[in-house]
Amino acid sequence: MSALIEFRDVCKTYQMGDTLIRAADHISLQVQEGEFVAIVGQSGSGKSTCMNIIGCLDVPTSGTYLLGGQDVGKMNKNQLAEVRNKMLGFIFQQYNLLPKLTLLENVEVPLMYAGMPKAERRERAKLALELVGLGDKLRHKPSQLSGGQQQRVSIARALAGEPAVILADEPTGALDSHTGREVLTMLQQLHAAGNTVVLITHDNSIAVQAQRIIRLEDGRVIYDGDAHDPQAVVTPGAAGLGMGREAGA
Amino acid sequence: MSLAETFQLAVKNILGSKMRTFLTMLGIIIGVCAVIVIVGLGNGMRGYIEESFADMGTDTLTVMIVGRGSSRSVSEEEMYQLVADNADTLKQISPTVTMSGSVKIGSDTHSTASITGVSEDYFSMKGYTVAQGRGLQYTDVADRKKVCVVGQYLNMAYFGGNAVGQTLKIGGTTFTVVGVLEMQDTELEEGGSDDCVYVPYSTASRLSYSGTLSNYTLTVQDTDRISEAKALVEEKLYAIFSDDDAYTVASMAEMVEEMNNMVNMIIYILAGIAAISLVVGGIGIMNIMLVSVTERTREIGIRKALGAKESAIMRQFVIEAATTSSLGGVLGIGLGYALSAAATSVVASVMPDTPITVSPTLLAVAVAFCVSTGIGIIFGYLPAKKAALLNPIDALRYD
Repeated sequence: MSALIEFRDVCKTYQMGDTLIRAADHISLQVQEGEFVAIVGQSGSGKSTCMNIIGCLDVPTSGTYLLGGQDVGKMNKNQLAEVRNKMLGFIFQQYNLLPKLTLLENVEVPLMYAGMPKAERRERAKLALELVGLGDKLRHKPSQLSGGQQQRVSIARALAGEPAVILADEPTGALDSHTGREVLTMLQQLHAAGNTVVLITHDNSIAVQAQRIIRLEDGRVIYDGDAHDPQAVVTPGAAGLGMGREAGA
Repeated sequence: MSLAETFQLAVKNILGSKMRTFLTMLGIIIGVCAVIVIVGLGNGMRGYIEESFADMGTDTLTVMIVGRGSSRSVSEEEMYQLVADNADTLKQISPTVTMSGSVKIGSDTHSTASITGVSEDYFSMKGYTVAQGRGLQYTDVADRKKVCVVGQYLNMAYFGGNAVGQTLKIGGTTFTVVGVLEMQDTELEEGGSDDCVYVPYSTASRLSYSGTLSNYTLTVQDTDRISEAKALVEEKLYAIFSDDDAYTVASMAEMVEEMNNMVNMIIYILAGIAAISLVVGGIGIMNIMLVSVTERTREIGIRKALGAKESAIMRQFVIEAATTSSLGGVLGIGLGYALSAAATSVVASVMPDTPITVSPTLLAVAVAFCVSTGIGIIFGYLPAKKAALLNPIDALRYD
């Protein structure tokens, strides 16, 4: 069986003034269905670029990205939007809930763009919110919730569409360590339930919660293996081993 | 995402910032309101003109002979012959002699009455009916009798309803009242249609010392072919005078039409000026939508990340703009109706003699609504396009 996510020599370059920035430099990797993978790296290591490409928000400059066997690089904007909608569930550091909508409506947004009928959408969104323990706050607005609760809403939103991949970008970055742990536990539960989870973080202590770590530096993969291997958390030549939480994203 | 849901979302966003939406709509409201009131006013004026001219007869041609020096003129007999020769087009003819001066009844002098010399056919041509006594007769005309038929106003005001058999004086000459006409207006008033005296034209002509008769009223067989009849009379007169300055043929229907055309033109120009404010309103909507897109960049990013296609974002903003402007249109229509009602009562109190009803037409309302919605779509397009084309990565990062 082919991998769910497959990078073949993926490069991404940006022109910034006169300098050409190689954000991804011939990255090749595979993620199988049902895996819990953390992509770790310092700021500027290329993990955000990786996450954008995996999330179909961006396409590689060269190389091939296959998601569920489909070549994303060859897709137009509409097809990309459709893939994001059907195959990916996003969890963002800043939750990114729509402030004017209720929790229920927030969770419904991706289902709405999928063209699901209203009644079914309602039902699915309700179930997803119950799953993250917010079944009693369906009509609340995001601003009435704590950070941890908002992140749970965004997890519910990511789950509701039953995507192939759950893509979590620094999901604990804006949370205190206690609620951060809760969110991580939830991701582990999702993994245990058979979901494929890709976690993007700069924080080793969070990365080790995953099953497998892919470490990036300067746009290259420098480690890809078991999260419990001591090598996984070694950052050669970097400014610190980063076992604690670091400020900033 | 269905159209209905997009619309609901637009309404939600609009209600989320009421003040801003209202100010945005103001241009559209004022524009639509102005167009509706102006068109309504024109409509009222047209109605008024038609109403005031309707009783003058739309099957009537008025011929005025100026003559060409003293060399050539047209006699009364020639005019009668003209009508008789063209009986399939022209129906009846009556010379009309307008007399100035006042009517003296007993010791009262009454100066507002219109005094007209006409033939025996005149009443039937105009559709007047005689209420008391008799109308004018051929012998009255032929013998230049000093008899007259009065309108209902004179009958009631000066003769106590029994005018027949009594006398009045015009310019010192005593006339015997032989008939009273049926009331024509809805109420009797001084200077109105019922304040009139009709005498035989031959008598009037002699009294006013006008040697030749120069004014004629003609009726046509078919009102729809009045232009043809007019052309025919003009042609015959041209054959006599070889100079089209020597006579004037006017049809009441054409005059009404001409006046209506003039009113219409004025209305179109005014409505056009008012419509400029619709365009200004549209620009206001575009401006605020552009601000809105910038403010909601992050929302757009989130929606795109969650799978919204460009078309969905585009539709959301266009519908929001269209909803704003059509809501403005609806408010403008409402305000237009209110102002029309107000204008009607103002006109009624300032000019009680010319009761113009400012009545907005359904067509104007429909056009105003469609135009305001259209303006929203047109001016919402650019901001919507801007929103749709936002890069989701940048949009997500936007604060």
